[in-house]
Amino acid sequence: MILELQDAGVEVDGRWLVRHASLQLRPKHLTVLVGPNGSGKTSLLRLLSGLWRPVEGRARLDGQDLHSIKRRELARRISFTPQDTHLGFAFTVRDVVSMGRHPHLGRFERETDADRRAVDEALARADVAHLAARLVTELSGGERQRVLLARSLATQSDAILLDEPTANLDIAHALDVLNLCRKLADEGKTIALAIHDLNSAARYATEVALISAGRIRAVGAPAEVLSDAGIRDVFGVRAERAQAPNGEVVFFFQRDKNEGYGERSGGSM
Amino acid sequence: MRVDEAKPTERSTRAESSAQTSPASRSGGAGGRSESATVSDSGAGTQASIFDGRTLLYFVVIAILLVLAIICGIAVGSTSVAPGVVVRVLLAHVLPVGWVDMSAIGEPQQAVVWVIRTPRVLVAALAGAALAMAGAQMQGLFKNPLASPDIVGTSSGGALGACVALVSGLALRSLFYLPVFSFIGAFFALFAVYVISTRQGRTPMATLLLTGVALNALIGAATSFLITMSWVRFDVAQEILFWLLGGLDNRGWPHFWLALPGIIAGTIVSLVYTRELDLMLTGEETAQSLGVDVEQVKRVVLTCAALLTGTAVAVSGVVGFVGLIVPHIVRLIIGPSHRRLIPASALTGSVFLIFADLLARTLRSPEEIRLGIITAAFGAPFFLYLLLRHRREVGYL
Repeated sequence: MILELQDAGVEVDGRWLVRHASLQLRPKHLTVLVGPNGSGKTSLLRLLSGLWRPVEGRARLDGQDLHSIKRRELARRISFTPQDTHLGFAFTVRDVVSMGRHPHLGRFERETDADRRAVDEALARADVAHLAARLVTELSGGERQRVLLARSLATQSDAILLDEPTANLDIAHALDVLNLCRKLADEGKTIALAIHDLNSAARYATEVALISAGRIRAVGAPAEVLSDAGIRDVFGVRAERAQAPNGEVVFFFQRDKNEGYGERSGGSM
Repeated sequence: MRVDEAKPTERSTRAESSAQTSPASRSGGAGGRSESATVSDSGAGTQASIFDGRTLLYFVVIAILLVLAIICGIAVGSTSVAPGVVVRVLLAHVLPVGWVDMSAIGEPQQAVVWVIRTPRVLVAALAGAALAMAGAQMQGLFKNPLASPDIVGTSSGGALGACVALVSGLALRSLFYLPVFSFIGAFFALFAVYVISTRQGRTPMATLLLTGVALNALIGAATSFLITMSWVRFDVAQEILFWLLGGLDNRGWPHFWLALPGIIAGTIVSLVYTRELDLMLTGEETAQSLGVDVEQVKRVVLTCAALLTGTAVAVSGVVGFVGLIVPHIVRLIIGPSHRRLIPASALTGSVFLIFADLLARTLRSPEEIRLGIITAAFGAPFFLYLLLRHRREVGYL
């Protein structure tokens, strides 16, 4: 499956949150969206998931307009986990993961063994099987995030879109989530993540999309997109690189007081 | 300055490189561990998701309580009837003629059981179930365990409708004007709240809530105005006041049959839309991305809750606290999943209102205390107790 935006834009209350965005998500690709706060990462994910309809341009799934696909079918093919992960009601972990099966169930259908197997498998893949009977209200942030990932997996969709899945996670849990995403991509899923950590983006992404002020400034291999100039323009920081012992490039950043945020350079739209 | 900045970057470099060695081994180990865990867990886990032991026990207990409540409700009163007699009279009317021997039971007793008390108890059961289900739905829709069916104005609208029927004198002409007006009032209030808070097909729940608050105040003002204007006709003012305090005095079979269709329809819709409500609880965006037509669910569930509340208000007046407290208690016992919560709330609401009505009739017999007073007097303190005891689960304190 190829999930793509073609020159897509979305306007809310007279403000363009995204404009002229073109992006292709492919199987086996882990695409990472990076950009400052408010740059439009979440809006892009909403467009890609079909939650929002583009005001201009198109969102397509294998060439077919996303909004011509039935809601439930779309939900079976694309799963999106928003950033707001607050779960105030005391569902069990298993209840929450089972919700991922909703698009597969007709209104009067009950869960079948196949549904239950999918849930079991998702629980195991996200390493939360041992939490199945626990209440989501009692979980730590890292556990909750993995439960939400398990819900995504239970849907068995081809595309998985996650909005800041590593926000609020400690480094070990963040790496667990990223490793799992990478593994899923390698197995053939189409994955897109919005994350803040450029080092993770560089290490895990097949492709990075650099976003500022509602525009995609660059898309491509991490090494090309996360250039000194690109990072300076978009984030207003100076990037310096060092080589880790295993040969990987590691960024570190310095706030350059003379550089503004990228929004200024994007003000022309 | 330069030195200060260099330090954290150095540290983060080290952290990164040390982390880099571990992820492969970590994920490998995790995968292996969880795979073996699922094989043994899946059986128990699957069972737990549908009906665990605790839920089953709750349903058994509440079903027994409902039977007891119905028998008690019919047996106890200004003239007591033996429980055995109650059961025989009930069976005689349900089973084919001739199966139950009623020759030993006097006509007056039969009349007390079947004509006076049975319909009243059944109306209480219907109203209690309806209010509790509507409350569970509203709490789910608003993602707030403290929401109640009155929130979108259905109760106050129903009360205003009843007032209009009483003040205009229509209520005196036929038994049906009052419930019908009350029902129309409930729906009109919901319709107004919904239309005002909907823009371009989207209804933000926060806007809906605040519109409900505003309209409740407005409708309350209109009701108060009608009461004060009719003060010269004391009987009418008293009737209105009684209606606002809720009560099941003089309710008979016609009221039961009047309420039954709306409540059956509402119950069916409630039971069909349980999974969607579960999903709505996890956030509208999540629900939508899992294939739920969020705006449609809001329309259906709001209409269903209004149908249930409107029907209950039409036959019992304004009875507070049932819709708030019953689903709340049930959720604490069996969890938030609506597949279990809705039917359990219905049964619990029935039991609660039958016993509340029993108290209303007997505490100061032969006078009746208004039902709304009883439900508030018992409901409010109990609710406070629950809130303070379960601060953590409620999450809003």
